[in-house]
Amino acid sequence: MDFLFSPEEEAFREEVADFLEKEGPKEWHKKKVSFFDMSGQENWIAVHRDMSQKLGARGWLSLHWPKEYGGQELSPFYRLILREELAKHHCPGYHSLSVDFVAPAILLKGSEELKKRHLPGIASGKVMWCEGLSEPGHGSDMAALETYAKEDGDSYVVNGQKIWTTYAHFADWMFLLARTDRQAQPNYRGLTFFLVDMKTPGITVNPIINMAGHHDFNEVFFDDVRIPKENIVDSVNRGWYVTMAVLDSERTSDLGYAIASTLLDDIVAGAREMGMLDSGDKVRMAELIAECEVARLTHYHVTYMQAQGKDTSYEAAMCKLLGFESIQHVAEFGLKVFRNYGLLSDTSPMAPLYGRISSCYLRSFGHSMEAGTSEIDRDIIAQRGLGLPRLR
Amino acid sequence: MDFALNEQQEMMQTLARDFLSDEYNDKMLKTTVEDETGNMPELWQKLAEVNLTGLAIPEEYGGVGDFLDLIVVLEEMGRACFISPYFTGVVLGASVIIETGSEEQKQKYLPAIAEGKSIVTLALTEETGNYTPDAVSLKAELKGSNYVLNGRKLFVPDALSADYIICATRTKEGITLFIIDINIDGFSITPLKTVSGDKQCEVCLNDIEVGPDSLLGEAGTGWTYLEKVLQKANVARCAEMVGLSQQALNISLDYARERMAFGHPIGAFQSIQHRCADMLMDVDGSRFLTYQAAWRINECLSAAREAAIAKAWVSQASKRVMNSAHQIHGAIGFTQDHILHYYTKKARFNEFSFGDAAFHLEKIGTQ
Ligand SMILES: Cc1cc2nc3c(=O)[nH]c(=O)nc-3n(C[C@H](O)[C@H](O)[C@H](O)COP(=O)(O)OP(=O)(O)OC[C@H]3O[C@@H](n4cnc5c(N)ncnc54)[C@H](O)[C@@H]3O)c2cc1C
Repeated sequence: MDFLFSPEEEAFREEVADFLEKEGPKEWHKKKVSFFDMSGQENWIAVHRDMSQKLGARGWLSLHWPKEYGGQELSPFYRLILREELAKHHCPGYHSLSVDFVAPAILLKGSEELKKRHLPGIASGKVMWCEGLSEPGHGSDMAALETYAKEDGDSYVVNGQKIWTTYAHFADWMFLLARTDRQAQPNYRGLTFFLVDMKTPGITVNPIINMAGHHDFNEVFFDDVRIPKENIVDSVNRGWYVTMAVLDSERTSDLGYAIASTLLDDIVAGAREMGMLDSGDKVRMAELIAECEVARLTHYHVTYMQAQGKDTSYEAAMCKLLGFESIQHVAEFGLKVFRNYGLLSDTSPMAPLYGRISSCYLRSFGHSMEAGTSEIDRDIIAQRGLGLPRLR
Repeated sequence: MDFALNEQQEMMQTLARDFLSDEYNDKMLKTTVEDETGNMPELWQKLAEVNLTGLAIPEEYGGVGDFLDLIVVLEEMGRACFISPYFTGVVLGASVIIETGSEEQKQKYLPAIAEGKSIVTLALTEETGNYTPDAVSLKAELKGSNYVLNGRKLFVPDALSADYIICATRTKEGITLFIIDINIDGFSITPLKTVSGDKQCEVCLNDIEVGPDSLLGEAGTGWTYLEKVLQKANVARCAEMVGLSQQALNISLDYARERMAFGHPIGAFQSIQHRCADMLMDVDGSRFLTYQAAWRINECLSAAREAAIAKAWVSQASKRVMNSAHQIHGAIGFTQDHILHYYTKKARFNEFSFGDAAFHLEKIGTQ
């Protein structure tokens, strides 16, 4: 048993912290911008892209990849440390969808050609991806999705609609899960995983504004969109398996606890300054500190399993659920502490913490939906983790 | 970072698990809960034979293993809902002596504890039931080079099965600890009936006169030692609670798989599944916090924050787990015949022992 990081890992943490002090967006650090709330900032896409390339240039977006694809074959704890420091420094640039969903999918299941073509762009932070899974009619029940890709010569032609597609409005590429067999039984055996250039004719992206007033996600329409066959990851009708192979990577990518802990520190510091922390708040604060600690250790445990090469399934669901719910609880606490002030919009000059309180609170409603709802996470824990029977 | 148990810890885990399943069945649990004194000489001898009474006592005093080994064993004791003076003697009594004792005192008391020949209890709390220095008021007054103790201690664990009692007193220097043979005249011990079956007593001291050799540490320094001991004791209680919760989850899962309703096992219903998922997160989370704190204590790293977080969280988590366990069992879990209520009661007892969640949250809040 050992609950400390190795000296090498600690040295890496220091290196990252030094770098972020110097190279991170100072204005964001001052304003305490939270990772999931960055789209409230002016020019945020440019800042995010710029930072992403800086991280890429250091080799930090491919820390644990195999060396032959430009990685350093370091343990997943390095990625975790990087993301802890990014959270602490209110720093953007880690495009989770690219780094922890597409990249592992290509690494695990992609052809040699796809690896050569797409991995360098992700590692350098220059090419950003979005994730086309959910549809208006099918969210949790992803296997039933309907967007159809029809074979036509050496390509497939796609028609249909995706929704909730985060960052589709500036992403360069999308990984798209589409139906290639409408007769397949069970239905998930008829899905295929495509890599799609967002500049392909026939793609339309419309904004959807979330309840915090920000533009993160979109609806994406496909109108006779032609995708060459070589852009299929793995093979036709194997898309479900590709997706399942990397869902755990996605679930453990964003460190909910680190974002929550940073927000909690920011709230407490801000409230102390304004003299708004009463004794009830302090007790609640202590509970939240404990909650973040549980989420943190759960995340460390999963990362430890990944480092050992062990399969995770319910552990990743547990880690995502605890981490993301801790953000919700902390965000709610912010509102409790600042009361009327907390509800001032992020455009109000009187809003505490540059409006982060109301904005993070409103954004936090999405955390129990994105990357799988909390209900689905609990199903996974009960059925895969505890072996309870499925009701059919 | 490493979450695995080492070979020695795995060995201790197996040893404790096997020992308890061989020697401590549900019937014995019932008997020990109902018994007034908590004396169990035969079982105690067997515990000593497998060296469990010497856990975390330094080798030179006849002990084996370290604090983490002890934690692993306590988790197993929680799983079995083991009601015994084990915690009192091996965690509390031994720790105080290890922290405060002179070489002579260590030689006198520790080997006897390790061999299972002696149980030392700790009398700390009084009327307020609080675990803070201001709650200690029992007087010890100088008389020549001796001290005379007078007053009343409450919630003293296992005083009826103990051979010695460590008493926290107030002298003119501050809080001072004495170790005293509990069988001498002047002690009157009354068992307090608890619902959990833990043997707590009222201990009255009437003109107990002791020599300077009874003094543990220097006069007035008692609290600094007790603080360390309480930190360990809290984490040790957490370990028991992890075991209690794990077992409550296990029996709930067994029940959820076999109990049928509307043509399905109730474990197929999502509201039951989600309760179980939450229980697992509570059990695993509690275990991570407990082992983190225990590991830090074992490595002599600062652990005040981690221990307080563990006690606050594990207490609340075990309450949630027990409540769900009862709900999953329906009315059968609400009966005296079913084993579950012992776990619930023991978990609540542990929660309040050495400061409840609110007490530790307050600590975290001011740190
Ligand atoms: C901020 C945000 C970003 C997102 N980004 C993306 C993205 O980039 N790409 C993408 O593809 N998708 C994205 N999503 C979509 C997300 O994956 C879906 O919202 C999610 O899978 C749930 O689908 P749904 O919204 O259609 O809800 P539904 O599946 O319709 O669920 C509605 C409610 O029913 C519950 N429910 C459903 N099935 C069950 C069941 N079996 N048992 C119990 N309860 C059930 C759900 O838990 C939920 O409470 C994003 C969502 C959010 C909020």
